[in-house]
Amino acid sequence: MSTLTQHELVLGLFEAAPATFLSLRQLGKESFYAQGMPALKSEEYKFTPLAKKLESSLTDFFPANPIKISAEQVKSAVFTGFEGVVLVFSNGKYLPELSKSTEGLTVNLLSEIENTPLGSIAKADKDPFTALNQATFTDGLHLSIDSKKSIESPILLLQFHQAQGGQVISPRIWIEAGDFSKATFIDYQVSLDAAPYFVNKVVEIKGGVHANITYHSLQEESNHVIEVSNVVTNIYQDAQFNSTQITLSGDMVRNNLTLNLLGSNSVGNMYGLYLLQGKTHVDNHTNVDHTIPHAESNELYKGIMADQSRGVFNGKIFVRQIAQKTNAFQQNNNILLSEDAIINTKPQLEIWADDVKCSHGCTVGQLDEEALFYLQARGIDKITAKGLLLYAFAGEVLDKIEDDSLRNYIVNQIQKRLGSNF
Amino acid sequence: MLSIKNLHASIEGTPILRGINLEVKAGEVHAIMGPNGSGKSTLASVLAGREEYEVTEGEVFFQGKELLSLSPEDRAREGVFLAFQYPIEIPGVSTTNFLRTALNQVRQYRGQEPLDAVKFLSLMKEKMALVEIDQKLLSRSLNEGFSGGEKKRNEIFQMAMLNPVLSILDETDSGLDIDALRIVSNGVNKLKSDTTATIVVTHYQRLLDYIVPDFVHVLYKGRIVKSGTKELALELEEKGYDWIKEEVDSTATV
Repeated sequence: MSTLTQHELVLGLFEAAPATFLSLRQLGKESFYAQGMPALKSEEYKFTPLAKKLESSLTDFFPANPIKISAEQVKSAVFTGFEGVVLVFSNGKYLPELSKSTEGLTVNLLSEIENTPLGSIAKADKDPFTALNQATFTDGLHLSIDSKKSIESPILLLQFHQAQGGQVISPRIWIEAGDFSKATFIDYQVSLDAAPYFVNKVVEIKGGVHANITYHSLQEESNHVIEVSNVVTNIYQDAQFNSTQITLSGDMVRNNLTLNLLGSNSVGNMYGLYLLQGKTHVDNHTNVDHTIPHAESNELYKGIMADQSRGVFNGKIFVRQIAQKTNAFQQNNNILLSEDAIINTKPQLEIWADDVKCSHGCTVGQLDEEALFYLQARGIDKITAKGLLLYAFAGEVLDKIEDDSLRNYIVNQIQKRLGSNF
Repeated sequence: MLSIKNLHASIEGTPILRGINLEVKAGEVHAIMGPNGSGKSTLASVLAGREEYEVTEGEVFFQGKELLSLSPEDRAREGVFLAFQYPIEIPGVSTTNFLRTALNQVRQYRGQEPLDAVKFLSLMKEKMALVEIDQKLLSRSLNEGFSGGEKKRNEIFQMAMLNPVLSILDETDSGLDIDALRIVSNGVNKLKSDTTATIVVTHYQRLLDYIVPDFVHVLYKGRIVKSGTKELALELEEKGYDWIKEEVDSTATV
């Protein structure tokens, strides 16, 4: 346990917590104290020393107040050609005046929901940062998709962040997709300046019978941002969950993505891409729990690390004894572009059933010199050739993004970089 | 067009080429033959600019320019084309996409306007017919899952698209059945002109029935030990390389 747990800074965060959800907060606080900030030797966080990073970077461990956001800022942040509705947040606080809902989507503040389901999917005792969020979040959004409703255009959760005092932002979102519904969410986080802050986000997703939920997350914040994201999803019979986690920048980012397959024929497709430069440190921990027979999970995470950046991938797949006929696949591929870049990758399969198909693999390599020479020998300059190869590597994940506006935006952001140092 | 003078090259300190001299003029086809390990593919790679090889001595002039001082991409833009012995598979990059990038960079270097999508497509259609390659293949990832014959046809297709001055075919016949060999050779022959030249690197004479050389050179231990006309290739086919090895090794020991 880190000393930061007892530190007055964390206490300040607790003090500032609002009076709503009192019992929920109390449980969160107790759970946080029981777990503490992960210490250096903590197995779950061993490559990602968040406590140390927080201590050295944050000056003011209080909730960051919402900042004023203009309609122009929203407009310029939305991807060109985006056709869905936009829900705007400022430091985790929902801004209804800048947001628009759509038919079949019900938007409520979490504080408006009676008998709150919060904490029933993302359980405080599973992760100290989930507990910290539960103890200290201000409010958030409850999104629900009507049963049998298919919302074709994506729903953009546009999260503006800015905290000049180096404070804490605790977004909290609950997404509930009714039976036979379909919806796509894009969680996009934008820094308004380069000052440091700590985002400690929790998203809980519940996919009913035959629901189809897609959750894209694009992290493109400033290189002074520390972030922990806990996204936990429960899906039931015949439901499908698709996710892409794209991380392009940040100081230290930790993404915990948990998928609980709770009904037969449920399918989870989880994709990730991290393109890291400078000293950015990104840690993706995924956790898939096959609790029933006849479910499937596919996982593909790819990373390109340049400069002194560091990637961490830990993919846990748990197949319970009852979960026969499980199909679970996991792949993590990495390219290191510099001698100082680091990747720590670890598949972690725990299989208790005996009639399953499971596979995993990870690769770490450099850019293929033979392929580079081949392209150059056809007249393509080295930088463009490198770009083509890296883009092709990343393309396997980008191709999973169906929304053209999001995919094109990411492609453009990547291409801007390919001309520079990679 | 190409003038190789006393070329020495080594890889990781081991000398492979030990003094190659070769003159290639416009309109000519030269065959480089030789036993395995004689340095044939090394010569092709050094000319194309592969970085693993260190040139320790000698000079290469291509159309009056010092070839060895150019980057691989500039050599290609000047008009040198290497058809790879083992074409590389590149997942995620389609032949069409990559060739358009390549062709437009080559054109830019030569001071020509880039081709728009329509013109590029019609050029592609024309050259596809030359090597009997299917468009579906070209929209797939470069060489990924292609058969040996498809990969070699793709090489010649790229050559046709880039319209080189000097084509170096590195064991293009390896892994080809007789039909593919015929198609590939036809493609090469149609691309020949008075202003271009071809260097055919091969172990066997078979390919030279289709691409008829003006000169045949035998490479052994990193040197050209014998040069002749196409009859030399037939003699090698009949007698193998041992007599040449003996000839060279005996003079070397004397």
